[in-house]
Amino acid sequence: MSCWDIIADYGLRSVGIGERLLPRNEFTLCHQFTLIGSGMIWNIYFGVLALISGFFFATLLALGKMSTNPIFRRSAEWTIFIFRGSPLFIQFFFAYFLFLSLKQSFPIFGPLTSAWIGALVVLFLNTSAYTGEIFYGALQSIPKGDIEAADAYGLTGWKRFRRITWPTMLRLAWPAYTNEAIFLFHATTLVFFSGFPTTRQRGDALYYANYFADKTFNPFVPYPILAGYFIVLTLIVIGLYGLVNKRLNRHLPVSDRGKIKLRMNIIR
Amino acid sequence: MGFYWSFLTVLLLLGITAPCALGFGFVGAMAARSKFFVFSLFGRAYIAIVRGVPEIAFFMFFVIALDQFLEWSRHKMLCPDWSEPIRQGNDFVVCQAAKLPLSSAPQWIHETYGFALAVFTFAIVFGAFSANVLFGAMRAVPYAQQETAYAYGMTSSQVFWRITVPQMWVYALPGLGNLWMVLIKATPLLFLLGVEDIVYWARELGGSKTARFTDYPHPDWRMWYFLALLIYYLMFTKVSEIVLDRLMKRLTHGQATAAGEAQRRAKA
Repeated sequence: MSCWDIIADYGLRSVGIGERLLPRNEFTLCHQFTLIGSGMIWNIYFGVLALISGFFFATLLALGKMSTNPIFRRSAEWTIFIFRGSPLFIQFFFAYFLFLSLKQSFPIFGPLTSAWIGALVVLFLNTSAYTGEIFYGALQSIPKGDIEAADAYGLTGWKRFRRITWPTMLRLAWPAYTNEAIFLFHATTLVFFSGFPTTRQRGDALYYANYFADKTFNPFVPYPILAGYFIVLTLIVIGLYGLVNKRLNRHLPVSDRGKIKLRMNIIR
Repeated sequence: MGFYWSFLTVLLLLGITAPCALGFGFVGAMAARSKFFVFSLFGRAYIAIVRGVPEIAFFMFFVIALDQFLEWSRHKMLCPDWSEPIRQGNDFVVCQAAKLPLSSAPQWIHETYGFALAVFTFAIVFGAFSANVLFGAMRAVPYAQQETAYAYGMTSSQVFWRITVPQMWVYALPGLGNLWMVLIKATPLLFLLGVEDIVYWARELGGSKTARFTDYPHPDWRMWYFLALLIYYLMFTKVSEIVLDRLMKRLTHGQATAAGEAQRRAKA
């Protein structure tokens, strides 16, 4: 069996297309590369969707934390504190069992107990809280002069926010936000190791890496493959965010443009 | 009962890991800034490699790898006339005397061994993080301070121990505090390493009990157990935040930093 056959069989295994049974007794390099790569689909799915949806909610949270209205401020502060102050791992567990018991009283919540949506909700809230804190810090450090200039031009309310405050906030927050995105992708590996079950062994990259390590008693092959995939993913994220960073900073003189400093990998 | 012990397990893990990680970090940072090229390369490689690999993968990989490494080296020492290869296809076979822990050992030794492996893994990973923080902090101490010390005729090791080390803590504390928070939040990962920690017991005790097997039947309470864990971690984080704040205030006292200056002004 050539490697192409294996890729055809297992390339989309993690989404349920292709061979039903996972390999039982042949664990060639090709098998491991293909299946772990196939698992990366889930990591990318969780990461991308949580980032996109979390971005907007994070802006709301940051604005809420800045707001003078105590109701908004308090609720935003508590949301951020709860999701930043507790381990993501426990959040996954709690959410899963919460959804389970909700499902018993209201069957509508049924889908939430499966990973593809339930874990996404948790990741969405989690990344919103972390990003909200970053955006809040950026909002606080917007140069006073920028706002004053906007006032002088007669920009107020929504227009001022849309044209001055928001772009400046993004520009200041971007390096930290890049790191947050990298952490989020790393955090997606936790999904199938917390409560959320895999259906028919459709797991993420770490799930398959763990499968191979368990079967072969040899951690030295699957985990480095996984690490390699993640390093590539991280590089792609850095590249994409770097492009946005360039665009956000394009009005500044070259010497003022900040480079994104890479600070990798801290557990949340 | 095990549930309450497991809280102690977590505290014990934190209590042992934090100083170990700090020690690893200190040695790593010293190596990284050493003038001797081999040490410097070693220190930098340690920091870069551990920080570059996804966290959970590292945890899962390292425990097996360490276990196999120990068994392999004992195998080489204890059974030199063993002729069969250690890796037989998918199996990892060592002679009976090299098994760790010995298969005749009592249960508590097995548990302690697992715990020790977990602590060591945590210490290595967090040692790399703290090495990075301390490395930065040592460089942040104003160079004029060291120059002055040299001018007074101190040797370079005297300068390091009497000038750099006492002053670096104020620069290191924000980073180390962050790391402490992260360490707290990483403790549930013990569960993945096979230690019977909080998460294990919450799942075990919370699961639904029927009257046939226990005197205290109850439905699925796992949600409440995990809610309790969530609150436990939130409180832990809050307390640490307050303590770190106090510590920072004490350390800034009399330092040549902006915060130290502000403190001096406030008093005068």
